[in-house]
Amino acid sequence: MKALGMILGGKRGAMDLLVIAALIFVVFPLGLDIFRLNLVGKYLTFAYCAVGLVMLWGYGGILSLGQGVFFGIGGYCMAMFLKLEASDPISTAHQTTPGIPDFMDWNQVTQLPIFWEPFHSFIFTLLAIVAIPALVAYIIGVSMFKRRVSGVYFSIITQAIAAIVTILVVGQQGFTGGINGITDLKTLHGWNINTDFAKYVLYFVNGVLLLLSIVLSKLVLSTKLGRLLLALRDKEDRVRFSGYDVANFKVFVFCLAAVISAIGGAMFTLQVGFMSPSIIGIVPSIEMVIFAAIGGRMSLVGAIYGALLVNYGKTAFSESFPTLWLFFMGLLFIGVVMVFPDGLSGLYKTHVEPRLRQILRKQGKKTVSSKTSIEKAGA
Amino acid sequence: MANKIALSIEGLTVSFDGFKAVDDLNLYVEENELRVIIGPNGAGKTTVLDLICGKTKATAGTIEFKGIELTRLPEYKLVQLGVGRKFQTPSIYENLTVLENLEISYPEGRSVFGSLMFKRTPEVEQKIIDTARMIFLEEHLNTQSGLLSHGQKQWLEIGMLLIQDPALLMLDEPVAGMSVVEREKTAELLNRIAQGRSLIVIEHDMEFVKRIAHKVTVLHQGKLLAEGSMESVQSNPKVIEVYLGH
Repeated sequence: MKALGMILGGKRGAMDLLVIAALIFVVFPLGLDIFRLNLVGKYLTFAYCAVGLVMLWGYGGILSLGQGVFFGIGGYCMAMFLKLEASDPISTAHQTTPGIPDFMDWNQVTQLPIFWEPFHSFIFTLLAIVAIPALVAYIIGVSMFKRRVSGVYFSIITQAIAAIVTILVVGQQGFTGGINGITDLKTLHGWNINTDFAKYVLYFVNGVLLLLSIVLSKLVLSTKLGRLLLALRDKEDRVRFSGYDVANFKVFVFCLAAVISAIGGAMFTLQVGFMSPSIIGIVPSIEMVIFAAIGGRMSLVGAIYGALLVNYGKTAFSESFPTLWLFFMGLLFIGVVMVFPDGLSGLYKTHVEPRLRQILRKQGKKTVSSKTSIEKAGA
Repeated sequence: MANKIALSIEGLTVSFDGFKAVDDLNLYVEENELRVIIGPNGAGKTTVLDLICGKTKATAGTIEFKGIELTRLPEYKLVQLGVGRKFQTPSIYENLTVLENLEISYPEGRSVFGSLMFKRTPEVEQKIIDTARMIFLEEHLNTQSGLLSHGQKQWLEIGMLLIQDPALLMLDEPVAGMSVVEREKTAELLNRIAQGRSLIVIEHDMEFVKRIAHKVTVLHQGKLLAEGSMESVQSNPKVIEVYLGH
């Protein structure tokens, strides 16, 4: 029990988790209609990436501008499975080649590509959602960190990778669905994902998985590896000359962030019902960094608030001022960097929490004796 | 010769775009010896330490430690062989406590998986406390290390190396920025830890050097200028001209 408390970050850490859990599982479902709730669910899938970035960037000091790639891998894996299920020979009987996804048929592809085949299996798909991003991150990580590519160079390369992957997906229309992505997804194991009930279920599954990834991250941070990440961020050379192969630790946290992002991507596909290259490229990848920055880059729970608020702002703001939104988001980012570098979590810690504690203390005193509380306040 | 040679450097050269920071240097350090390297700015003192600990790769020459050639090994392997290096400016993890700083330096759980599974056993804790006592920081175990004074930070970094029990310990200006009292304590500390290992210290403070050095090496423009006891070096006319005289 004590160990669990340590992992969650003591009383305060557990409290923060409880508040966000209440918000996700009680307040939103009760207060919002299913359309809005589904929208919140979509925002929460981006929070996975922000959580990964808190680990990678906040603690590890490695800024990746390509997390959308991993989000995309997870999302596409799930989409491929769903698309194959939606493309059974009967419902695609009118196609030139029945039994393959519609976009392949439109692109004169007459046979299912080999790499699509294993996605007939749900178990394989679930494994792929975790294993493929880990493998890709491992390859990128080893080839960069072993060569000591770091800092801004790493950021630029990850951004380039995001661009390359997007171009590849768009260009290979017959295999990937191109710019439209993979759409028209219907059932998961015969279970219609477009009903209101399914949306509720998926929303809750999404919330549970998100909180589990936070708990997993806290678990990692509670070990010596967590302290090593901070040490690495601040004094990489000291860690290296203390007998550690620094690159391995960076690879590990990069893989962890990638897997968490990919789970978010898979949940995105399930809840939104499609996956497209517009969600994996440079712009969304940078947006994910902004979610983490605004939530507070050292706060795992803050990442959720960051993702929720910025996405809500985006939806609300871009409905009325579509062209201004990007400028506004740029301003927000500059504001975070210059004025409140620890994001919302930092603001909460320095401004709200002390006041909250003061109020709580005062109330506690009042019930005991109103006189002493006045004296205390005077002093 | 009473002691065995622990570290032997032969023909060591490193050139940065043609500039030879260290030029055909030979240096032998015995076991249990405390060697001090002195010399004017730009003499290549820090570069020599960088070369030994693997931070800089040598252009030519060999560095042999306990019979193992070091020049081709990655840094973390050198540390595991027992080569410890303290940097010139205190290089500690300011966001972590003194205890956590020492814990990270504890020579166990150095792989990714090992660090995930690492447990703070009573044995580890005892070693941390013992080390903290040695570096005068016993009272500060739970202090965030960024809040320590400059001198205490220097000690902490020395402690982070001591906890690994290195056979060769290299200290780059360990008393820079320390008060007189702190210098006294550091001199005692260095004399104590020199037993059972070799120490190489870079230092400018001649009073301090006198107190600790078994033998002094003077470098000048990447080359060996003089070597011997403190007295012989101090009376060497060449040394007086390039370094001590000014």
